[in-house]
Amino acid sequence: MSRPQSGTGLPLRAEGVRKEYDKRVVLDVDHVEIESGQTLALLGPSGSGKSTLLSILGLLEPPTAGQVYLDGKPVSTKDTAARAQMAAAFQSPYLFKGTVADNVAYGLKLRRMPVAGRREAVAEALERVGLGGWESRSALTLSGGEAHRVALARALVLRPRVLLLDEPLSSLDPLIKMQMMQDFARIIREETMTTLYVTHDQSEAMAVGDVMVILREGKAVARGHVDDVMGLPPDEWTACFIGSEPPFRGVVIESDEGLTGIDVGGPIVWATGTLAPGTRVLVGIRPEDVLLFESGVEIPTTTARNQMAGTVTAMQLLGVMYHVVVDIDGVRLASRVSRASVREMQLERGSEVQVIFKATAVRVKPQEDGRDS
Amino acid sequence: MSVLVEAVVTSVRLVLQGSEEFWNVIAVTFEVAIISTIVGVLLGTPMGFLMGATRFRGRRTMIALTNTGMAIPPVVIGLLVMMMLSRKGPLGFLGMLYTVNAMSVAQTFISTPMIAGLTAAAVASIPYKLRLQARSLGASPWQEALLVIKEARLGVVAAVAAGFGAVVRGVGAVMMVGGNIEGKTRVLTTAIVQESRKGEFGTSLAYGIILMTVTFGLNGLITWYQHSSERLGRV
Repeated sequence: MSRPQSGTGLPLRAEGVRKEYDKRVVLDVDHVEIESGQTLALLGPSGSGKSTLLSILGLLEPPTAGQVYLDGKPVSTKDTAARAQMAAAFQSPYLFKGTVADNVAYGLKLRRMPVAGRREAVAEALERVGLGGWESRSALTLSGGEAHRVALARALVLRPRVLLLDEPLSSLDPLIKMQMMQDFARIIREETMTTLYVTHDQSEAMAVGDVMVILREGKAVARGHVDDVMGLPPDEWTACFIGSEPPFRGVVIESDEGLTGIDVGGPIVWATGTLAPGTRVLVGIRPEDVLLFESGVEIPTTTARNQMAGTVTAMQLLGVMYHVVVDIDGVRLASRVSRASVREMQLERGSEVQVIFKATAVRVKPQEDGRDS
Repeated sequence: MSVLVEAVVTSVRLVLQGSEEFWNVIAVTFEVAIISTIVGVLLGTPMGFLMGATRFRGRRTMIALTNTGMAIPPVVIGLLVMMMLSRKGPLGFLGMLYTVNAMSVAQTFISTPMIAGLTAAAVASIPYKLRLQARSLGASPWQEALLVIKEARLGVVAAVAAGFGAVVRGVGAVMMVGGNIEGKTRVLTTAIVQESRKGEFGTSLAYGIILMTVTFGLNGLITWYQHSSERLGRV
């Protein structure tokens, strides 16, 4: 889902930001940055400091320590010119009393835009969020989804360089959330603005984010491209949080014609890319990319390079899908399996299965200085 | 019952015929009430905003003093203001005692904590994140404060009405510093006391009816505003 990155610089960066409330440290992040035009998904459980970091990066609240930079220059909450380049929408839409147009025009009014231009901009912004012609409706009689669209229009109408979205969809019911998530992802992609998107939902983060930072108890525990972070969680907690298994260690045994064979202490895992034999690596595979078949059944012809046998060691129902953990000669892999498939395959702990995944689904990262990480 | 009927008849007659004294009492009542409410709004609204929407050293003390101010008997306020303005008092040189200005000053000490305390409660009910939202759209601290007051306007209007009500119905303070001088500092409440003492219950009740009509009218206006706001989805 990631889009081409313009990568023309670092409009927003924070160094050593710490926030304390009543002498309790709620955020302590050494470094975070968003490149121009990128969407940074800030993921973490409740109370991990996501909203606090958004408030600090958005110059809404000062950090206890540390510095925020916009275009390389240090900025603070008192820097109105810097703040004018940003706009935010929060978990609750917080619409002001008045009409939809009053709300969307709020920021433009503060910027003293003439009435005629304001009206045109408001109409255009409402059109973009699918609420064309809703100007005169009372803002406080809207449904949850409509109110969120108005809140997004209120931010977008300012054409900010940096858009801050703090769990904008988390209070919606699943059906509307699904629709809104697609709309938000499309709008963010079309607007090509630098975006910070705070969420505790990994599917939302994957849908909208180019890069990702995962926060735990105020600290950044993972950062990088969305696919890399989701495919190669750095530790067990992160893996568990994003619904995956921790990466396993291996050594490259051969690499040829864009394919690399890795000995992971049992099976040989094939991945795309070229690495020198002997390189120690971390290997991760997303559960969505792993298919399971009953042991002994004929597997349909497939291009999947990795096919191996394993034993189911754990099963957990997550909504409509099962998270099934399979042991393959001491290597743990997870797979997402539908309830119907679990029934059909009569899967349970101890079941023998065949495991299949493509080489392109395998994430590989060399271990730094040969150290285990 | 006959007293009540007499009171109604007297009040109608007073309104229709309108003696100079009658209109003077009403004029002084409203002059004092309006001045002390306006000053109370000018002082109490920012104080209320500070207490309800910000955090600063001494805030708790300020809230405690405001709450005390809301509960302090008007007659005590009247006594304190009288002591300040009496000839031997620190402000005696102003020669304000037993004037409308002195009454306005005393009543301002009643309206200000009332407006401040209720405004604080109203703005405290506005979520902090709404302010963050305004800030994120480019609002300056002043614009943010204005938005909070606007969002809490029903509560703020009720606070102003309560402040006005407190001063228009007060007896003690205006009696102490105004002296209830006929044609000069007599207001509706002190006139009621005066007429009752004279046994003129009809006139006394007539003043009471007028006072209640004013209060009812004011509350009716606020209720209408609140309901129209709800109807138009502005709340």
